[in-house]
Amino acid sequence: MTAAFAYPLRELGHQWLVYRRSWRGSIVIGLVNPLLFLTGIGIGIGRLVDANHATLGVSYLSFLAPGMIAASAMQMAFTGGAFQVFFQAQAAGSYTYTVATPLSPRDIMIGQQLFSSVRVGLLSAGFFVIQVALGAAESWMSLLTVPAAVLTGLAFSAPAAAWAIGVRDFRHIRTFFRFVIQPLYLLSGTFFPLSTQAHWVQTLAYASPLWHGVELCRTLNLGTATLTGSLVHLGYLLLFVVAGLVVGSWRFRRRLHA
Amino acid sequence: MPSLRAHHDGALVSSIAPAKTALVRARDLTKIHPGRSGSPPFLAVDAIEVEIEQGEAFGFLGPNGAGKSSTMRMIGCVSPRSSGSLEIFGLDPDRDGSRIRARLGVVPQEDALDSELTVTENCVVYGRYFGLSKSLARERSQRLLAFAQLEEKADQRVDQLSGGMRRRLTIARALVNEPELLLLDEPTTGLDPQARHVLWERLFTLKAGGVTLVLTTHYMDEAEQLCDRLVVMDHGKIVAEGSPRALIERYVTREVLELRFADDDRERGYAEVRSLPARGDRHRVEELPDRVLIYADDGDAVLEQAHSRGLEPLTALVRRSTLEDVFLTLTGRSLID
Repeated sequence: MTAAFAYPLRELGHQWLVYRRSWRGSIVIGLVNPLLFLTGIGIGIGRLVDANHATLGVSYLSFLAPGMIAASAMQMAFTGGAFQVFFQAQAAGSYTYTVATPLSPRDIMIGQQLFSSVRVGLLSAGFFVIQVALGAAESWMSLLTVPAAVLTGLAFSAPAAAWAIGVRDFRHIRTFFRFVIQPLYLLSGTFFPLSTQAHWVQTLAYASPLWHGVELCRTLNLGTATLTGSLVHLGYLLLFVVAGLVVGSWRFRRRLHA
Repeated sequence: MPSLRAHHDGALVSSIAPAKTALVRARDLTKIHPGRSGSPPFLAVDAIEVEIEQGEAFGFLGPNGAGKSSTMRMIGCVSPRSSGSLEIFGLDPDRDGSRIRARLGVVPQEDALDSELTVTENCVVYGRYFGLSKSLARERSQRLLAFAQLEEKADQRVDQLSGGMRRRLTIARALVNEPELLLLDEPTTGLDPQARHVLWERLFTLKAGGVTLVLTTHYMDEAEQLCDRLVVMDHGKIVAEGSPRALIERYVTREVLELRFADDDRERGYAEVRSLPARGDRHRVEELPDRVLIYADDGDAVLEQAHSRGLEPLTALVRRSTLEDVFLTLTGRSLID
């Protein structure tokens, strides 16, 4: 156990030190943006929603907050997974010298995922504290939304890293971010319940790991989580994590030990 | 008892190889890069044999694409060989890559540094990858930064360093695990003359301290300055091997006479030069658009002869042969891109 994680932890340590010098940017995407959404839409539009419809059963703010946690976890994890891995794999990037250390490509990949998870975890925790302060945490189970957000993040960062390690042109990653990640952000039940949507939208959303992350976080926040439902969401997310790590091990080796 | 016959230049046959302390031993070492998206596979390294002894400075010379960097990556255990055998410290990179890398220092072609971190932090963070404690990594970094003449920059951010300083930091960083073997891929490419000389002097100090150096370069002066022994690679093969002096003696004459003629005099001049009697068996004439080179053991004698035939070159230069002449003789003058 310690042997398997000692090397990845060295990569985590390196990333963490660099992050300590450059965390400000990530605060915007990971904390400020979702908080703006939460206050602007959650409180502003929430008044409108709460005044006209009581179908949610809870305040719109309590409905939205866990969705925001999951969605921003995805966004952070994608940038942490794809953007960072892409740049670190360039000639001037850090993989150029970390491959020369005792770490294997897989150690480097796992270290990267650990770091991405720590980052998602910290920012989600920060968000959660504010959520509690706004009175949008409805159950003791809501504490579990932070680890659920970390898992949601991993379901994106692991496949993203596996893909990005072999990408030669950064525009591909930007395009993917614009046309896949951002629509997912909006359409995975983050802002409105899927039950109000057309059937095909629902079907698409069920396939989205983000929807499972949102549902997991939301049911935990509202205290309506069931064991079976949560296990389905967990399993679906884990599927993406495992697939990302397995394919990533192979692709990291192929790129870094060419 | 194995036979210990001495060969022509006194080197022993390698039948007693196990007794020698070769840090790197390659036999038929081959690297084939699989073709990317439809392009055919590329034979980068073609069955080379190399032995690098402890304490020496060994160079891989060759034009771009000759296979130097591919060889270095295989020795650095970041590129599995396609066939042949390779041992570093007597270990097999396929099986013990991580253990071997723990004992290597690598200076990649590109200075990949963390621009967010200070000079010291770049060193320390690298030491941590080798399992050094924070205090040990700090202590060594301090010492290495002094060695690399970067003490005054220790607390500055890396993006404020000049190219030469970045290179020296990359070398200092590569030494943090106290490697037995230091691999340098084109260590002075892109540096100005002052920075190059400082770097050579530092590398020479390292070598004097017992560190084995393996470097690639396409600068002949660098190879002459630093290498005890070198191989010239071309198209993935080793085309020559020996000390810089031995290579010059074997492949070119002691001196080179370079003559330049006025435009209207050039044709006659080249014709006369061609007809000069050969002096020595490696006497050779190479005609270039701007000048003609005459490889001769005694350049002054050839120049005298040319004058006696009434030739009046614009400039005449007699110089000692260099590795560059060997290199161009062996790998040709045409551009390889």
